[in-house]
Amino acid sequence: MANSVAKAGADGPDDAGRRDFLYLATGAVGVAGVAAVAWPLIDQLNPAADTLALASIEYDLTKIALGSEVTIAWRKQPVFIRHRTPDEIARARADDHAPMKDPATDESRVKPGHAEWLIILASCTHLGCVPTFKGGDYGGWACPCHGSVYDTSGRIRKGPAPKNLYLFPYTFLSDTKVKLG
Amino acid sequence: MSEHQSTYEPKSAFERWLDSRLPIVRFSADLMSFPTPRNLNYWYTFGGILAFCLMVQIITGIVLAMHYDTSSHGAFMSVQREIMRDVNFGWLIRGLHANGASMFFLAVYLHILRGIYYGSYKAPREVLWWLGCVIYVLMMATAFMGYVLPWGQMSFWGAKVITNLLGAFPVVGGTITTLLWGGFSVGGPTLNRFFSLHYLLPFVIAGVVALHIWALHVPGNNNPTGVEVKGKQDTVPFHPYYTVKDLFAIMVFVILFAAVVFFIPDAFEKVDNNIEANPLVTPPHIVPEWYLLPFYAILRAIPDKLSGVLALAGAIGMLFILPFLDQNKVKSMRYRPAARLYFFIWIAFCLILGWCGSQEPQGTVIPGPAGPVIIDYGINSVTWLARVSTAYYFAYFLIITPLLAMTEKTLPVPDSLFTPVLAKSAAPAE
Repeated sequence: MANSVAKAGADGPDDAGRRDFLYLATGAVGVAGVAAVAWPLIDQLNPAADTLALASIEYDLTKIALGSEVTIAWRKQPVFIRHRTPDEIARARADDHAPMKDPATDESRVKPGHAEWLIILASCTHLGCVPTFKGGDYGGWACPCHGSVYDTSGRIRKGPAPKNLYLFPYTFLSDTKVKLG
Repeated sequence: MSEHQSTYEPKSAFERWLDSRLPIVRFSADLMSFPTPRNLNYWYTFGGILAFCLMVQIITGIVLAMHYDTSSHGAFMSVQREIMRDVNFGWLIRGLHANGASMFFLAVYLHILRGIYYGSYKAPREVLWWLGCVIYVLMMATAFMGYVLPWGQMSFWGAKVITNLLGAFPVVGGTITTLLWGGFSVGGPTLNRFFSLHYLLPFVIAGVVALHIWALHVPGNNNPTGVEVKGKQDTVPFHPYYTVKDLFAIMVFVILFAAVVFFIPDAFEKVDNNIEANPLVTPPHIVPEWYLLPFYAILRAIPDKLSGVLALAGAIGMLFILPFLDQNKVKSMRYRPAARLYFFIWIAFCLILGWCGSQEPQGTVIPGPAGPVIIDYGINSVTWLARVSTAYYFAYFLIITPLLAMTEKTLPVPDSLFTPVLAKSAAPAE
């Protein structure tokens, strides 16, 4: 009895060191375990495989008359395809060097040789509403929700939106057919 | 309840047996006999009214869930056809639930204003106040997700706009919104998770309410004088004095509630919400429910996206930091005429903000020209009125309240909370 007490006392400092290590190690494994369980619970919120698998779509441009536009869904997001008049293009290009929140030239927002086709995401970069055409002072779109105004190149000119209407990948398969995505 | 001596005495052998195993009868008895300031007025009945509202929402909500289709293809019709037309009394249960949200917020706003007016956020009730703020935030989250479920145009676009608020944060914004939506936009996965959370959150609220009541029972109620209870002579037992008073107030509230449900059931509903959600078309004028309008106006008043979102969050955050901003020892605004004046002006600006939120941003305040344009809008526009009101909203908390706390010359505070009551009842005898 006396022997064992003396022994415990003698080994005390070593034991304390070992115990600290065991506590830390146990804690670390516990944290890793919780994180490993938490991640699936969080990641399940992300888009599921069927949502991600939504393929690209093709669109026949002959359906859109000069000076009009369509709003279609691509990956469940609204997209504008606008058939711009020479007037609209000229207006957008005239403003290329005007002060803007998110400066961009009109040329950089269309494909070379296809300046009449403006293809952009139709979600206002403020809070995601679909802007309506022929609103505001710049001949382009105006957002009904919080009053952001875009020009004929879809660039933000006024209001709370921080960015131009977003571009996204698309390719012209021919002069009358476009592939989105 | 720590300072309240239990007065419960088990009467039967069974009660004694139970009391030494699970003292639930003692717990309830102590809740009922809780010493409550004798001078509480009708502004103090909103706690009871709110408990009633939560119960109504939970019961009607559980019933509605039995008839609701959570898929984005079926949700709209299950509400419009099944619940509103086919299910027996479905129209009534949904009427209670949808309008119940408005009634709930009406009561919570009066409850919060009461708390500010009588200084109920001050020591020793800060934790009680913060728990209340947490409940308010949870209520807004729950109401927002509930509003999405009928899957009409307003539901859809409201969801899109509010979730996009989180996209304002640099770098992580896009990741957060995708995570929240479960897709690249609001859609079926969003609706399902909102339904799940809308069902969960009321029970979380009930849990925080339990903490709120616990935190109330430690220091005891504040009262219209803000003078702390000094002894037994200042209190009456909660039952029957305040159970009866609360019940009477609940009855009056129910009359108003029933009048809305039976006579103007669509008063708070936007007609566009009777059109099924269409991701390609935004309704020309989208506005949130009335109880969120002031915050919506603040959001729109700021010409920058991230700042707007931060201002919106900050406007709610002001309530949380109020106990730090107001260090004045006098609680009740009865004895703080200057604080009272600025408080009433603040309420007026909150109402103005609410009106601004319901209008189009470029609309004019005084009919006629919009006036010279400064930062995108004419000075006669709704946006500029909202900007001025937003400035006052924040100035009230961040400048006026701390300054008044230090400088205001307060009126004499009574020695005891019931001196003014006695003075009033003595008056007619003269």
